[in-house]
Amino acid sequence: MDTASALADLSEISSQIEAAVVFDSEGGVLGSTGADEIHARRLARAALDLVAAAGQVGLGEGRRLTQIEGSLREGSVFVVTGEGRSLAATTTPDPTSGLVLYDLRTCLRSLAGEAAEHAAKPRRSRKKEPLEKEPPRKKKPPKATEPDA
Amino acid sequence: MRRLLLLVALVAGPLLYFTRRRDERRERVNLYYDDGSMVTLERGQPGSERLLELAHASLR
Repeated sequence: MDTASALADLSEISSQIEAAVVFDSEGGVLGSTGADEIHARRLARAALDLVAAAGQVGLGEGRRLTQIEGSLREGSVFVVTGEGRSLAATTTPDPTSGLVLYDLRTCLRSLAGEAAEHAAKPRRSRKKEPLEKEPPRKKKPPKATEPDA
Repeated sequence: MRRLLLLVALVAGPLLYFTRRRDERRERVNLYYDDGSMVTLERGQPGSERLLELAHASLR
């Protein structure tokens, strides 16, 4: 599934999500739900900084940070990190966190699937195998004709 | 009328103040890790201010 389709599905499924953006490890926007590119870039940058700051808090202890949820009065912000790309979303206040995180993970997984497909070598066209030949029919032995009496 | 206004101000003022304080205290950041564990950082805890500030920036 491509990024635009995955984000469109996400917006359709989760009514609590106001904006979502997919970004790479450098903060580059790979796709967003809104038409406002500046807002998408700002959200991606803030989310990237949030991931970096969360890593510096020092609570990881060898564990890898996978998700962040920031609950504020005016709304919530969620960040789900993946291999090479992450997904950030803002929601209305007091969202159903579990559902939002599940939807974001599903969206990111579908994008990871797409990336894996692209990374895979192009498939060789398989040779068409000849259809199984029917075993040669045995010729029926000619009926013995009774000699005319 | 003045007494009524004074009474409303006396009741509503502290109510608004405490509601706002409670909401501020409810602001938090949850960090989820790959082993399934979660850490909650509420306002006032070490490291929380920077994360909350960035979360605010995300919503702007």
